[in-house]
Amino acid sequence: MAIFEVSGYKKYFELHEQIFPAGLTHLVDRTNHYNFGTKTQEFAVPPGVDPSGFLKSCNHDGGVCIEMNHGTTTLAFKFKHGVIVAVDSRASAGNYLASKDANKVIEINSYLLGTMSGSAADCQHWERLLAKECRLYRLRNNHRISVAAASKLLSNMMLGYRGMGLSMGSMICGWDKQGPGLYYVDDNGTRLSGRMFSTGCGNSYAYGVVDSGYREDMTVEEAYELGRRGITHATHRDAYSGGVVNMYHMREDGWIKVCKDDVSELIHQYRKGMF
Amino acid sequence: MAARYDRAITVFSPDGHLFQVEYAQEAVKKGSTAVGIRGKDIVVLGVEKKSVAKLQEERTVRKICALDEHVCMAFAGIPDNTADARIVINRARVECQSHRLTVEDPVTVEYITRYIATLKQRYTQSNGRRPFGISALIVGFDYDGTPRLYQTDPSGTYHAWKANAIGRSAKTVREFLEKNYTEEAIAGDNEAIKLAIKALLEVVQSGGKNIELAVIRRNQPLKILESKEIETLVTEIEKEKEEEAEKKKQKKST
Repeated sequence: MAIFEVSGYKKYFELHEQIFPAGLTHLVDRTNHYNFGTKTQEFAVPPGVDPSGFLKSCNHDGGVCIEMNHGTTTLAFKFKHGVIVAVDSRASAGNYLASKDANKVIEINSYLLGTMSGSAADCQHWERLLAKECRLYRLRNNHRISVAAASKLLSNMMLGYRGMGLSMGSMICGWDKQGPGLYYVDDNGTRLSGRMFSTGCGNSYAYGVVDSGYREDMTVEEAYELGRRGITHATHRDAYSGGVVNMYHMREDGWIKVCKDDVSELIHQYRKGMF
Repeated sequence: MAARYDRAITVFSPDGHLFQVEYAQEAVKKGSTAVGIRGKDIVVLGVEKKSVAKLQEERTVRKICALDEHVCMAFAGIPDNTADARIVINRARVECQSHRLTVEDPVTVEYITRYIATLKQRYTQSNGRRPFGISALIVGFDYDGTPRLYQTDPSGTYHAWKANAIGRSAKTVREFLEKNYTEEAIAGDNEAIKLAIKALLEVVQSGGKNIELAVIRRNQPLKILESKEIETLVTEIEKEKEEEAEKKKQKKST
C-alpha cells in the first residue's frame, strides 16, 4: 500500500526474514485460517537465543537442578474391534515424583485421542493447541477432521520448532471415514501410521509384553487385558513410570474409558509367587 | 465532499452501498456468457468464445481452467479480464495442493469455493486495492462422488446452484434454464451437455464455433470438448428442433 512505502514501515514478514535465516522463512505466512495457522509460528523466538543450548545447560552437570517432567510409558494398538490406548500416570521431575495421577491422554473430541510422553509441558500445550485446531476445522468445514489430518497438523507444529529443544512423543488415535487410525508423532516431526506403538522410557518393556501377547482376532476383553499387562510390567521395571493404568477403547461410535487400575495391585495379580 | 471519495475506494456510502463492489458487478455483466449445469454423473461448463482476430492464435484464449483433477472453473468479467482471473486461479490451485498436503484428502468443491470467495472479500475490505472484476462458476465432484456447482461474485458471496449463468445475457440464459432444467433434461450425460449448448445458443451468435465446452465425469479428469464434437452436438440439437417444429405443425393441421 502506498502509505506504507512512503513512511518506510516494514511489514511483519519482511522483518521476519531478517531475523530468521532463509531456511525457515517458508514456514512463515500471514495469519490465514485456511492454512491452519500452524505455518505461522505461535511463539516468535527472539533473535540470538538458542533454546536447546539453554536447555542443555540447565542440568545437574551445569550446576543447575532444574529437571523437566519426563518419563512415562504409553502404548496403543489396533485390533479387530478398534484401537486400545493405555497409559501410566506418573509425572517425574528428575528423581522427584511430581504426581502419581497425571492425565496423559487428551480427549480431543469424542472420536480422537492423543497420548503424551516426554516433557509434560510441551505435550499439554501442543496437544491442547491441536484440539483447538480440530474444533475450528469442524466448525469451518461441517465435518470432523480425519485422523491423518489431525496428526499432520501436530507434526507440522513440531517441524516449526525443530531443533529448539521440544520433547514430545505422542500417539494420535481415532476413528474416521477410513476406519480406525493410529499415528505416532514426535518432536522431530516424525509421523508414522501403524498398527502398534509404544512411547516413553518404559516402551521397551511394553513392546515385549504386547508383541508376545498380540493376536489380530483377540476379543475385546483379551485386548483390555493385554493393554493392562503391557503398562503394568513396564511400570514394574521402569522407575519413571507408575501410578495407575488409564485405558481407553476407540470404537466406531467414539471412545470409552475402560478402566483406571492401580498398577501396584495389578502387578501382584500378574506376578504371583515372584514377590 | 464526503459523497465523492467513496467511489474510489471501498468504503460505505451514506445510503449503505459499496460502490466499488457494485461497479465490479457491472463489469461482470459485460463479460462473455458462461453457463454451468450440474447433472447426475456429470458437470458441464460452457463459455461463449469471442471470435479471435485473424492473426491471433486460437489456443491461447482459454476461459475454462482446471483447479485440480476433480474441480474446474469458468469466469466472466470485463471483456476478457483474464488478468484478474489468473491471480484467483493461481491462488486456488496452490490452495488445492496445500489442502492435499496437510489434510491428505482432495478439496471439496465447497471448500475451494469458500477459499476463492474469502479471497475476493478480502480485496473488498482493504484500502489501496480494488475488488476482483470477475464472477466464477466452479464445478466438480467431491470425493464422495456428489456433483457440485457453485457461483461466486466480486463481493465474495457464494451460492450453490443446480444450473446457472454469468456474464452478458446471464438473465436470458438463466430464464431458459429455469424453464428447461428438469430431471429428464439431465437424465444422461449427453442430455446435460446438450442442455448447456442449447442454453448458450440462445445468446451466442453464429452457433457452434463460438462455444467452448468442458465436462467432468465422476472419477475422470476435466475434458475440454473439441470443436468437431461441439459441431456434431449442435447439428443434433438443430435436427431435434426441426422435428419438434414439424410435430407441432402436424398437430395444428390435423
